[in-house]
Amino acid sequence: MKQKNSKWKILTNGIFKENPVLILLLGCCSVLAISVTVSGALGMGVAMTFVLVCSNVVISLLRKVIPDKIRIPCFIVVIATFVTLVQMVVQAFLPALYDALGIFLPLIVVNCIVLGRAEMFASKNGVLDSLLDGIGMGLGYTLVIVCIAVVRELIGSGTFYGIRIIPEGYQIGIITQTPGGFFMFGAAMALLIYCLGKKGRHFDPRIGCDGKCGNCGFNCENREDNIKLYENQAALEAAAAADEKEGSAV
Amino acid sequence: MTKVLMIAFMMVFTQNYVLVQFLAICPFLGVSQKFDSCIGMSGAVIFVMTLASAVTWLIYTYVMVPLGLDYLSTIIFILVIAALVQFVEIFLKKFIKPLYNALGVYLPLITTNCAVLAVTLLNISEKYNLLESCVDGFSAGVGFGLALILFCGVRKALERAKPPKSWAGLPITLVAAALTSMTFMGFTGIADKLFG
Repeated sequence: MKQKNSKWKILTNGIFKENPVLILLLGCCSVLAISVTVSGALGMGVAMTFVLVCSNVVISLLRKVIPDKIRIPCFIVVIATFVTLVQMVVQAFLPALYDALGIFLPLIVVNCIVLGRAEMFASKNGVLDSLLDGIGMGLGYTLVIVCIAVVRELIGSGTFYGIRIIPEGYQIGIITQTPGGFFMFGAAMALLIYCLGKKGRHFDPRIGCDGKCGNCGFNCENREDNIKLYENQAALEAAAAADEKEGSAV
Repeated sequence: MTKVLMIAFMMVFTQNYVLVQFLAICPFLGVSQKFDSCIGMSGAVIFVMTLASAVTWLIYTYVMVPLGLDYLSTIIFILVIAALVQFVEIFLKKFIKPLYNALGVYLPLITTNCAVLAVTLLNISEKYNLLESCVDGFSAGVGFGLALILFCGVRKALERAKPPKSWAGLPITLVAAALTSMTFMGFTGIADKLFG
């Protein structure tokens, strides 16, 4: 029973407690850009979930074979393979979705969620756990992107999944454009902070990866330390030397 | 020539990667707190984007297309960018020390900056030639820098504001980003008028 319980926990972890988008703040680019229509958001969610599950499983299988020093390039190759696979399937069978997702479909490769989970979870855990983690994280991502898309599509285009709900001429078009994306994401974040505050939990979201999305898994666990690290010149030199070593290994 | 100018103008203003196309949001929100780091980051991004555009274009045209490997562009480009960034870092450290001191910190952060991969992929799908690709990469980097530096100023002003409790921190920053991107919407349509 206890065993089953822990598996369930891994699955739901990604959906609520460690939601990749709202709590861990990973991969916001695609969330902001694709949450314009519900159909596009669903497609993106499915594509992301597929890549997450497959890459998590493969990386978990290979975790003892991949040398530690060149693990990031190895992860990227695995992830890029699955992204290319998805890209080809979507292009062949769902051309409308392919156009809607545009550049953000191949950009799943550099999405912090996939790389972050590979680094934080799949490279340290068994296959089944990684599979569940991938499903959970994928569902968490899909949930958030679809929720934001429902609101944005309703206010911005007056439709829900393409079905007109608000009569033409009463939409706020800017919500479907770039400013609306930023604003809606901010509003979702504020709502989350408000709800958590009601429950007595303090939550101060911060995009802490400083753009170091490649090493996101590592950096997100030690955000504060890393900010200090980058202000500290001596530590910085050491990091550069380590990176150079990694570079020559590549 | 008009086309090159038009690409440059569009990438900086009307199609700005950060504020219009939602690319590279992580560094945009993560690095824009200090003016110095904004300058360093923009410099590194401009440098790497221009170089990556040129290198990936050459590899695509002279290696991948003749071998029929163009469907693997995502995998190959990300590996090329990763290797390129490491190589540039080592090269600068050995030979051009002042530039390394200015940009070195930011170089490792760039490999998975989604804007770099995006610019290389878009160069191919837009069928740009070598010069146009380089200009595209360079001006996309300039656009990124412009957005970053402008937003840095906005954030400085924001620090003095007192938003409601649940909006403090990241939510109000995102709202400020929304307003900043709204100003860039003012450029829409100018490119067509200017370059006909």
